[in-house]
Amino acid sequence: MALPNHTPLNYRIWHYTYLTFCFLVFFFLIAPLFVILPLSFNAEQYIHFSSKMLALDPEGFSLRWYEDMIYGTKNPWGLATKNSLIIAFFATIGSTILGTVAALGLSSRHMPYKAAFMALLISPMIVPLIISGTAIFFFMAKVGLAATHTGIVLSHIILGTPFVVITVTATLSGFDHSVTRAAASLGSNPVNTFMKITLPLIMPGVISGALFAFVTSFDEVVVVLFLAGLENTTIPIQMWVGLREQLSPTIMAVATCLIVMSTLILVTAELLRRRSERLRGINR
Amino acid sequence: MSQEKILSSDGIPLEESLKKAERKNKLKAVLLVAPLFLFILIIYIFPIGDMLFRSVDDRMITKMLPKTFVAMEKWDGKDLPDEPVYEGLYEDLSLLKKNKTFGKIIARLNYEKSGFSSLIKKTIRKIDKLEEGNYKEQFIKIHKRWGQSEYLVALKNTAPKWSYAKYLKGVDLKFDEQRNIIQQDEDRRIYKTLWLRTINVAFWVTIFCFILAYPIAHLLATLPMKYSNLLMICVLLPFWTSLLVRTSSWMVLLQQQGPINDLIVWLGWAADDNRPELMYNVIGTFVAMTQILLPFMVLPLYSVMKTISPSLMRAGKSLGGTPLVSFIKIYFPLTIPGIGAGSLLVFILAIGYYITPALVGGASGSLISNNIAYHMKSSLDWAFASALGTMLLVGVLAIYWVYNKLVGIDNIKLG
Repeated sequence: MALPNHTPLNYRIWHYTYLTFCFLVFFFLIAPLFVILPLSFNAEQYIHFSSKMLALDPEGFSLRWYEDMIYGTKNPWGLATKNSLIIAFFATIGSTILGTVAALGLSSRHMPYKAAFMALLISPMIVPLIISGTAIFFFMAKVGLAATHTGIVLSHIILGTPFVVITVTATLSGFDHSVTRAAASLGSNPVNTFMKITLPLIMPGVISGALFAFVTSFDEVVVVLFLAGLENTTIPIQMWVGLREQLSPTIMAVATCLIVMSTLILVTAELLRRRSERLRGINR
Repeated sequence: MSQEKILSSDGIPLEESLKKAERKNKLKAVLLVAPLFLFILIIYIFPIGDMLFRSVDDRMITKMLPKTFVAMEKWDGKDLPDEPVYEGLYEDLSLLKKNKTFGKIIARLNYEKSGFSSLIKKTIRKIDKLEEGNYKEQFIKIHKRWGQSEYLVALKNTAPKWSYAKYLKGVDLKFDEQRNIIQQDEDRRIYKTLWLRTINVAFWVTIFCFILAYPIAHLLATLPMKYSNLLMICVLLPFWTSLLVRTSSWMVLLQQQGPINDLIVWLGWAADDNRPELMYNVIGTFVAMTQILLPFMVLPLYSVMKTISPSLMRAGKSLGGTPLVSFIKIYFPLTIPGIGAGSLLVFILAIGYYITPALVGGASGSLISNNIAYHMKSSLDWAFASALGTMLLVGVLAIYWVYNKLVGIDNIKLG
């Protein structure tokens, strides 16, 4: 942001102070993530920038911690990755279907007590996870689903649906209902109308809700800590266990992989958001 | 002249047919919401209700010593009770011994009054040798405490089915032997400190998030699209990154040999052999939580600021306002909805934070959630964990209610 030539000095100083402050905040937000990347390629066993690394000596770097992550003896990451993916996959499907269907109902202007229902359906996102974890644990233990994948998937569906409900209702708020009436007048039944007209139009919202649900499940640790047995360990649980013992370079390697994954998800989510804005722009 | 009713094509009055259609639409909307509603009701709301129930449920002893309590109903609770109470105790304790289920009751009664543990253990050990009849005398012979009315009074005090003792414990109060509410012993008063610390941390994290977020949200909202999209990544990437990854990056940064301490030493603010502890205390909790929750403040602020037309500030200036005056009188009031939304969201999230304080907070930086987890997983006092959880829940729901009134729950913005 270049300032015009006639800007007075005091305003100029103020402006650059403001920009410097903003720069520092952005740095504060993003820099911690980038500390992890180089450390995961550390040749030494310590979580510390060695002098060789700082001198950019190739000997200071290695892939041994990635090797350890994948091939290490007794390493838990294989099982954890498998479990995390299975749980997140089913939880995403469940949350997306339940959340999208509910969002359709909530967006209808005929829905009674809309605000109350909305507040209730969003509540799992607001209630602290430790409380959700405690309550769900009591329930799952009672019905015999503690330490099972099913129990964890069900609780992750609960935690994921608010995101789907929010994103899909947001998409539906710009939805032009005359297109569904047009379809009906042309003889389409409601299911067909939904599959062929509504769903493709709200797809960006559905997918971005699904992404949120996926990330929520994939990243969730509190509820799983209560519910999981040894067989149900997930990536966050293993990270939690590892971090409580000691910072190890292998954890840095896993964290780097997770950062790469979140970057990919961010790019997808951004592209979807823009597409959704474009689509809704046409509708208006 | 009677007015003729308008009929629809199938001969039904239009009014009725419209009402029918309306009802049908309403039913359709409700049916769409129903699956998720029922799902959440059964797997979420009902278990939370069960948690509330657990926090006040105090029937364990009554269930395990049923005959004793029936006999105790006739006892006035002043002098020693008569024979029937001891007979009830004999029968109940014999049964517990036979089923080997007396472990729980010993712990629970000893919590009520110390000294119960050895009393019950000794009684159970010798109970088989008792002869029929005159149990009162034989009990007192086993252990002299059976002849002291305070132990029997303490036992009688556990009779009510519901108890809010756990809630009292959660605010450092307790019942004394006469059922008066008194302060907890000095060395066991930890919960007031814990609650205050939790609220304090949540409050200051919210304030700092606001101070840091406001300028950058403004910058993002006023920069041309191509720059702001790029800078937005700095906000969104942490938002999408795993909480554990972000916490572990703070563990790397704040450790004693970490980069921040290196910098402090290099700047000469501290000696190399006397590096400050930045982690495992409240500083660690505070710094890490501020960075982790910052996106939740930036995004609502940004979405509000995006809608404020830049011409308003220009108009303010053209009417003679200095930039500062135009900002205070025009821009700032317009951003208040965003400030409210962001602050409430950050506060709600901060007050229930668990993972980050547990990893970087140590003992002095742990919050109420960490204590709930401790009672769930280590001390196994689930009723107390439920009571603390309920207290936290009530607080959060109160803020949620305010949030809903001020912002409207459907205005939560994601990404």
